[in-house]
Amino acid sequence: MSRLLIQNGRVIDPANNLDQVTNIYISDGKIFAVGDACEGFQADQTIEATGHYVIPGIVDICARLREPGLEYKADIASETVAATSAGITTLCIPPDTDPVIDEPAVVELIHRKVKNAGHANVVALGALTLGLKGEYLSEMAALKTAGCVGLSNARSPVHNTLVISRAFEYAATHNMTVFIEANDPWLSNKGCAHEGPVSTRLGLPPIPYSAETASIAHYLELITDTNVRAHFCRLSCARSVEMINQAKTMGLNVTADVSAHQLHLTEMDISSFNSQCHVIPPLRNQRDRDALRTGISHNILSAICSDHQPHEIDAKQAPFPATEPGISALETLLPLTLRLVNDGQMNLTTAISKLTKEPAEILGINRGTLSQNAAADICIINPATEWTLDANSLISQGRNTPFHGWNFTGKVSQTLIDGKVIYSAN
Amino acid sequence: MGNQTSGQGTLMVNKATRKTDNMIGKDLWNIQLDNNGNLKHLLTIEGLSTEMLTSILDTAETFAGVNESVKKVPLLRGKTIVNLFFEASTRTRTTFELAAKRLSADVLNINISTSATSKGESLLDTLRNLEAMQCDMFIVRHESSGTAHFIANHVAPHISVLNAGDGRHAHPTQALLDMFTIRRNKGADFGKLRVAIVGDLLHSRVARSQIHALNILNTGEIRVVAPKTLLPKDIEQMGVSVYHDIQSGIKDADVVIMLRLQKERMQGALLPSEQEYFQLYGLTEERLKAAKPDAIVMHPGPINRGVEIDSTVADGPQSVILNQVTYGIAVRMAVMSMTLGSHSTSDDKQRKSS
Repeated sequence: MSRLLIQNGRVIDPANNLDQVTNIYISDGKIFAVGDACEGFQADQTIEATGHYVIPGIVDICARLREPGLEYKADIASETVAATSAGITTLCIPPDTDPVIDEPAVVELIHRKVKNAGHANVVALGALTLGLKGEYLSEMAALKTAGCVGLSNARSPVHNTLVISRAFEYAATHNMTVFIEANDPWLSNKGCAHEGPVSTRLGLPPIPYSAETASIAHYLELITDTNVRAHFCRLSCARSVEMINQAKTMGLNVTADVSAHQLHLTEMDISSFNSQCHVIPPLRNQRDRDALRTGISHNILSAICSDHQPHEIDAKQAPFPATEPGISALETLLPLTLRLVNDGQMNLTTAISKLTKEPAEILGINRGTLSQNAAADICIINPATEWTLDANSLISQGRNTPFHGWNFTGKVSQTLIDGKVIYSAN
Repeated sequence: MGNQTSGQGTLMVNKATRKTDNMIGKDLWNIQLDNNGNLKHLLTIEGLSTEMLTSILDTAETFAGVNESVKKVPLLRGKTIVNLFFEASTRTRTTFELAAKRLSADVLNINISTSATSKGESLLDTLRNLEAMQCDMFIVRHESSGTAHFIANHVAPHISVLNAGDGRHAHPTQALLDMFTIRRNKGADFGKLRVAIVGDLLHSRVARSQIHALNILNTGEIRVVAPKTLLPKDIEQMGVSVYHDIQSGIKDADVVIMLRLQKERMQGALLPSEQEYFQLYGLTEERLKAAKPDAIVMHPGPINRGVEIDSTVADGPQSVILNQVTYGIAVRMAVMSMTLGSHSTSDDKQRKSS
């Protein structure tokens, strides 16, 4: 039984309303106690954390690891190592792997690969419909037993509304959360940029607001009807934030997240056909970006995620509409969030909460907290380190980032999973 | 609706948006110029200066004479120009070819259907292969917006790229030949002109380039006329006033530019039928009377008679549609000689210094 002491760090644990300089005592991979003294605790190892933030390990609610199916882009081993280097200790992957996560065998395969890799924890969402085809229900109970923490149809549309309604009812029967990427495929119509002055100027096929908002409205009615617990993924529009706020006010059991890049970039960033800024949902305008920031600081949105999508170099080497969307984003999730704190856009506790406690609650896992007996997943940050992101130095196999050359303040110095130091900056 | 917008108000709108033009397009057009401010590539009209546009038109004026009397000049002897067309084209490719030949360059025509490239070789590989053949200029047409820009960012430094149409984004040489046509007919002072562009602006790279060019040349008023389904969102931010009714849209116009309506547009539920479109937006002799009596009628071609324009207008005394085609050669000669010309001087300097 190994005993570890992290001392004199600024411990921030939103789940316990804690923000003070104190010690963390870890025993047998679990949090033993948090406090200034712990009678009779003999540490085998002590980590000095003076001047550092000590927070629960980050829980990333959406990251694509590309395995199984697209291993030429990245794999579980490469991406979980990148995650822990960035303070992320738990990743949730959507079911759109190849094969699709619609049967227990695929979940087991993923868990086995994760265990072999031995880095970050990975939880999976199961497919809402078989093969994500929107026709037949998946075996939700079996997927739950296999370890799936929720259900989603990812970006694949379900055209038949009755199928959605039945899938929601069945998910509710098994007390499972459905994760919704709101998108009306007819309205987004193979678009690749926000419908606005920039897409008009560049002649890029546009995606209107309504592709997201009409879809949210549609889903909200079905959620009301079926009483399923629902989580909306990666909002991009100001109006979407408003709709989620209204739904919550009316007592609907809904939550929502936003990706870190949506809190920083806008349509202006694609104005030189920068394919690194080709993302789906698209970057919208400054008003939307500000509303998403407000959504976080006013607790309308519950989580900030990476929406990690690593790519091989060629995927971004083509004319803009022909490039693949997505950012290799694990290693910028915390830096971009801290940047908002440093810029005075939100307070530190809120930011940490959106990266730890709240996403863990949405996924229904006992992590993202430093409560007694919780898994000792911990991220230690030096808040004073100033550094510049170099895309070529990313640990992820995907080097596709629009944040190359950005300056950040604050860097992960150590990451612990189940009480073991799994990453150390030095 | 902009139907009631007065000419005065529009002038102010145009000026206000011109400033944001520069901010948005900064990265986009910077790569078009070399360190001395000479034209290196022509990818888009956006961001070019009034002086640059005027200089291209002036150069084209000198070549217009070449076309009429002397057929060939030796300016680009020894240069190899590749027409790289990923999308079908007759007029544009042919006039580029003629222009290159009149400048004594060697021309290679390569037509690649996009389905063929998607089977194997990537666009970048295609480029590398052509580069290895020691070409000096790529003239590119592609269905994806941003292709010319992408290519210019990836070719070897001695190669010039001319955009012959990328998706819905830009078709700069077409816009330049249109400006040349307007200048020949209406004089160099665009400030007193009212120009109406009618038709499918949503899908039109030609219209986008024309709007930039007209704004840069300080055109008095630019109007766009179309149903809402054929107008891209926020187009007024490009410095135009929007009309949905052709009668008021072309009223007192000096120049009426008609755009081609592609038959596929009915399938996308953008329009009910060609008949209704012609009824509402087709240019007839009767309708043209709303414009100034000396107004000219333009069309980038190919025209759909009886869909966007009546034959009597297309072939009528106010039509300058065939002149546009002729001027296309001189304008393309001007752009080619200016872009390749700027290279040869900088190449010479490099050779001397090394």
